[in-house]
Amino acid sequence: MTRRPTFLLSVLAFGFAFFYVPILSMMVYSFNASRLATVWGGFSTKWYGALMSNSQVGEALLLSLKIALVSSTLATILGTLAGIALVRFTKFRGRTLFSGLVTAPLIMPEVITGVSALIFFLLLAGWIGWPAQRGFTTITLAHVTFSMVFVTTIVQARLLQSDRAIEEAAMDLGTRPWGVLWDITLPVISPAILSGWLLAFTISLDDVVITSFTTGPGSTTLPLLIWSKVKLGVTPDINALATLMVLAVGLGVAVAGVVMNRAEARRLADERLAYRAQG
Amino acid sequence: MADFLQIQGVSKSFGPFQAVRDVTLSVAQGEIFSLLGGSGCGKTTLLRMLAGFEDPTAGRIFLDGRDMAGVPPWARPVHMMFQSYALFPHMTVEANISYGLKHDALTPAQRRDRVREMLDLVQLTPTATRKPHQISGGQRQRVALARALARQPKLLLLDEPLAALDKKLREHTQFELMSIQARTGVTFIVVTHDQEEAMTLSDRIAVMDRGQVQQVGSPTEIYEYPVNRFVASFIGAITSFDAEVVARDAGFLTLHVPDFGGQVTTREADFAPGTRVTLALRPEKLVISKDRPPGNAVQGVVKDLAYFGKDSLYRITLASGALVQAHAVNQARGAAMVADWDDQVWLSFQPSAAIVLGG
Ligand SMILES: Nc1ncnc2c1ncn2[C@@H]1O[C@H](COP(=O)(O)OP(=O)(O)OP(=O)(O)O)[C@@H](O)[C@H]1O
Ligand SMILES: [Mg+2]
Repeated sequence: MTRRPTFLLSVLAFGFAFFYVPILSMMVYSFNASRLATVWGGFSTKWYGALMSNSQVGEALLLSLKIALVSSTLATILGTLAGIALVRFTKFRGRTLFSGLVTAPLIMPEVITGVSALIFFLLLAGWIGWPAQRGFTTITLAHVTFSMVFVTTIVQARLLQSDRAIEEAAMDLGTRPWGVLWDITLPVISPAILSGWLLAFTISLDDVVITSFTTGPGSTTLPLLIWSKVKLGVTPDINALATLMVLAVGLGVAVAGVVMNRAEARRLADERLAYRAQG
Repeated sequence: MADFLQIQGVSKSFGPFQAVRDVTLSVAQGEIFSLLGGSGCGKTTLLRMLAGFEDPTAGRIFLDGRDMAGVPPWARPVHMMFQSYALFPHMTVEANISYGLKHDALTPAQRRDRVREMLDLVQLTPTATRKPHQISGGQRQRVALARALARQPKLLLLDEPLAALDKKLREHTQFELMSIQARTGVTFIVVTHDQEEAMTLSDRIAVMDRGQVQQVGSPTEIYEYPVNRFVASFIGAITSFDAEVVARDAGFLTLHVPDFGGQVTTREADFAPGTRVTLALRPEKLVISKDRPPGNAVQGVVKDLAYFGKDSLYRITLASGALVQAHAVNQARGAAMVADWDDQVWLSFQPSAAIVLGG
């Protein structure tokens, strides 16, 4: 009986190590004074300095953020509407087909999605002369189409577990269906919408495959930049860049976690108080 | 009779399943009317048709003379208090109550006044600015009631309004509901599966079973004059015996009851001699005694006895093996009970106390 926990624990430790050792070593080597990525040459922060003075990195970061912001916002609007339509308006024709179509992109290989987006843009350019050039717009549109699915899935799950009676109560009190959507449904599922947006944002921010198919000359996002630099050999400034990104993501997740924990703790405390006051 | 609410031959099917079958009811203005029945008998479905969430498969509903067919929920002067209360979780108590008022032509001041009046009515003024998860179950129930009453509906539908409350709070809230109904004069239709609740609250009760209305009447009528075995056994406890009508005289019926090993007399009912009937007896209508009383009586042995404080419940086995339940009120403190375990006793009842049912 005592052997099993040991075994499980070592599997767990191995799994964590497998995931975190590369990241940690990358972080450590970002402070490497040597030019060679694999040889330790003493401690230095010069690669961070080099990063700051590299305008290419700054531009790529800005483009990535812009694309992520616009595409995740559009994906959230479309994905939320699709989720609501799938769960609430149960009787429209072709619903089963539509819900199948919504989940298909989740399991579609990214390469396929990327290639088909590229072909579509080329065809479109042939027919109507737009998009004349690939770049910000095409990348953003491609990101919208595949990240919207994630938003839809999250919103759908949230709606399925929410009490339908709340919406009926609003209708019963005189509100028409569109008013109910605005007054009740959207506010109630807003946490799910927010997490859908965050997910779409991060997916867009670190996407390489689909972006590389839909990008054009002069539009290099941060992941694409890293990818192209690594092809020429891993340099310590890439390590520094990646370290900064890991820290930023880690910080974001930690802050979100703390905020959510606080809100949950407050809600529980409120509930306890209410039951004590019941008397 | 132009009644306030008329339900005419209403049925509702979900696919091949008939949840409500040919229900015809009429409810007067200002009445508290209960729909009583077991789980799944179609109470909620009937209520949802009145609120406009479901369309009847057949039949018509008239409210205040107006045909409700095709009128959507938001256009009906009918409000509903949901089984789950369905409070808006992101709004304060105040905002919940005033939500429906935005559709009425009220000035902000009038609206505030109405909300204050409602908060007052349900005694929730101190919690006005709290969210639903910050108040107790009983308070939530009252918010739901205030919200449904705020727009002054003609008809209020309450789906198991007290089911989520504990026993003590439930009894207290029953009387609160009645007093609020009396003050507002709104017609209430209350769904419940609790027969005591229905008896306490209602002016009239409709007992439902498998989608059909079995009997409509005042609590007394339903309890004292049930029309069939289902109603008799659903409302209150009952012991039934197979019997056969021997004779029908002015005011009386003579039955042969094999379990009693003889004949009993009951009040007159519309059965011809030779008909097979059911004799139903309520526990509190039976008198237990040591000596044989005149009239309807049968002998048995006390098998089981439960002391409840104000009264005791006896289970008595007859010579035929049939088990009868009888209640006896404990009148004097500490006095010896009427009978003890394994005592030989006589059970008797007045002719007017017996219920005779067909079949
Ligand atoms: N939308 C629906 N589709 C299919 N069947 C339904 C639907 N709504 C209700 N039913 C069925 O109709 C029957 C009556 O349901 P209803 O909710 O009216 O019962 P109820 O009397 O309110 O029961 P309870 O006391 O448990 O609330 C049930 O057997 C239920 O399964
Ligand atoms: Mg119900």
